[in-house]
Amino acid sequence: MATYVNIEPTQNLEPFKGVKKLPLEEYFTSGHRTCQGCESALVMKMMVKAAGPRTIVLGSTGCMYVANTTYYSTSWVVPWMHTQLGSSGSAALGTAAGLKALMRKGKIKNEPINVIAFCGDGGGADMGLGAISATLTHPDYNCLILMYDNESYANTDIQLSGSTPWGANTTFSTPGPAKRIMHHRWKKNMAGMMAAGHPTCRYVATICMSYGLHGMNSIRKALTIGGPTFIHSLDPCPKGWDYDPIQSHELGELAVNTGVWPLYEVEDGVLRLTGRTQQIADKRIPRQPVRDYLLRQGRFAHFTDDDIDYFQSKVDEMWHKWLIPGAIPFHKEIEADNPPA
Amino acid sequence: MAQMVETLEQQHKTDETALITGSEAIAVACKLADVDVITAYPIRPYDTVMQYVSKLVSHGELDCEYIVAEGEHSQFEIVKHASAVGARVFCGSSGVGWMYAMEALTVTPALRIPMVAMVGNRALDDPGAFGVEHNDALTVRDLGWMLVWVDTAQEALDTALIAYRVAEDRRIFLPCAISCDGAFLTHSQALVKIPAQEKVNEFLPRYNRGDLLLHPDNPITVAPQVNEDWVMEIRRQNYAAMERTTAVIKEAYADFERIFGRSYGNPFFEEYMTEDADIVLMGMGTLSIPMKVAIRQMRKEGKKIGFVRLRWFRPFPAEALAKSLGRFKAVGVVDRDYSFGSPYMSGVVTHEVRTALYSAPGPKPPVLCFICGLGGREVTLPDITRMTESVYQAAEGKAQPLTQWIGLRE
Repeated sequence: MATYVNIEPTQNLEPFKGVKKLPLEEYFTSGHRTCQGCESALVMKMMVKAAGPRTIVLGSTGCMYVANTTYYSTSWVVPWMHTQLGSSGSAALGTAAGLKALMRKGKIKNEPINVIAFCGDGGGADMGLGAISATLTHPDYNCLILMYDNESYANTDIQLSGSTPWGANTTFSTPGPAKRIMHHRWKKNMAGMMAAGHPTCRYVATICMSYGLHGMNSIRKALTIGGPTFIHSLDPCPKGWDYDPIQSHELGELAVNTGVWPLYEVEDGVLRLTGRTQQIADKRIPRQPVRDYLLRQGRFAHFTDDDIDYFQSKVDEMWHKWLIPGAIPFHKEIEADNPPA
Repeated sequence: MAQMVETLEQQHKTDETALITGSEAIAVACKLADVDVITAYPIRPYDTVMQYVSKLVSHGELDCEYIVAEGEHSQFEIVKHASAVGARVFCGSSGVGWMYAMEALTVTPALRIPMVAMVGNRALDDPGAFGVEHNDALTVRDLGWMLVWVDTAQEALDTALIAYRVAEDRRIFLPCAISCDGAFLTHSQALVKIPAQEKVNEFLPRYNRGDLLLHPDNPITVAPQVNEDWVMEIRRQNYAAMERTTAVIKEAYADFERIFGRSYGNPFFEEYMTEDADIVLMGMGTLSIPMKVAIRQMRKEGKKIGFVRLRWFRPFPAEALAKSLGRFKAVGVVDRDYSFGSPYMSGVVTHEVRTALYSAPGPKPPVLCFICGLGGREVTLPDITRMTESVYQAAEGKAQPLTQWIGLRE
């Protein structure tokens, strides 16, 4: 990297060797009021466990703000500050810049402090997209933006976001007799977009906390590598996806194993499929049909067989027709798109 | 070597004079205040301050994190968060840029962030107009921002230093926006005394975020979800902080005079030729310049007219202003803003003046509103003459329209 970019040292967070080697200390503890089976709460817990105590967390508006920080019963052990819905990128940048200036000028002790800003899919893929993008172009600030994606504005009553899957029933896309599919936009490809669009961003990854060690080690790598980084986490949501809370972990696994949610990382521009996704790509395990995933969720209960087939065809396209499967939706030739009537 | 050191020390203690614009004067204040994080985004006319900041940074004269944001919302959010970890910050905007940042502007005082911002006052779109109107800065008047209007580059520089001192006072911790009229001040050069660094250091202590510092050594949770349980008590704390600003501003101006040897008299409003005046006109910002020329002219014709320039709009100096304005037979407020559908369709400043005056004990002269000079339109001598005539009529008890548009094509 060119010399005019001045990166401060980061904390050297080695990957955890196994679940049994995880530290016992918790930095996201009791006091929160998330729903039963909330996977995003698990992401918060694992995120700060991976980052450790010398960390500042910024949280943009969304479930993980509203449910986690009831006045006088905050669940955060590390310093935490709210930021506006579209401001995760700016919060990360401002915090990192403030620390950097103060340390350089000798106004505070010089030490690496992790800066993590999180946002939901509404805050990240919709409103905060511009600010996240801008932050990822600033190579001189060490910070991580983590987008916890429960695929709807779940805190405000489950409204569709740019990250909601095609066809899903949300309170803004309720199926009816005249229109079965009210939401006919395909989910934004956030991680791919961030990786492809920000050539100096050194680390982008997708995770799912059903694979906790993988997720935590991705977070540790993102914090260690330096500069701004981005992680996209898919979080099953019992309320928004409409399933029994007991199944959260399993639904995360199904999202990965059906190929709907590919796990990968882009490190210094090098793409690596990771975890189960790598095994599917290597044909060591089969890719399960999406039907197994969709029919477990009430939000797809109105799907006809045609709808399921269409969904399957789009996932197959991602695996077989994309020039960079799972990550970048460029094609060699125009593909026909025939959504069900 | 010893001689050189002495010279440098000498320079450090002596004021310099420079020919700079209002925007540049504020950039110089940022340098003197050793600001830590500055964010820029282009919009005329405030952006000249950031162009100068950029030069100061590239020439090694200002050591700060200088970030060009991707929009005003981010611009203000970035410095808000930098301030939360203890950095002294500067930001600014104009017109619809300020409006684009509105959400960030809302949470900044609520979070007790002592940001100092410059507003290069500009007409709001649409239609497009680069020139000055005050509606941009005025939109935050209810939110906990301190708002001050200045009329010269010197006052811009001095007020920026005062703004940091007041905003970062632990009794206050509220943001302060310095309004500079677009073009008339942002782009007009004047000779400005640049105070010596040593004096600034004496006047302006380091920003200490104290118990509100966001840092692993002070692991607090900032801005949790409080709902109806606590929000009233927290709002009341901001109310109390704003209540304290009047005293703290007075202290700061007194100290400023002691250290820099430059006095602004009454910090809150400036009175010009009011001692023997029958009637006064009043307004904010660079309006003072044509106004003072016109008053000198009209005084030659024997008309006893004065001018009151409101400097601090928030806190609004209600009692002092009511006391002062009660001395006159009638008052004409020149609003470089509008408030469509408001009582009598008057401008924002008029409403504040009427409320201040009519709620106070003592005489209650008529207050006329003149909407004038919108979009940077020049306020001319004939305009001022017309306004004066109407105020005289009101002083004589003749009914006048409560709101008049002056300098309008007919």
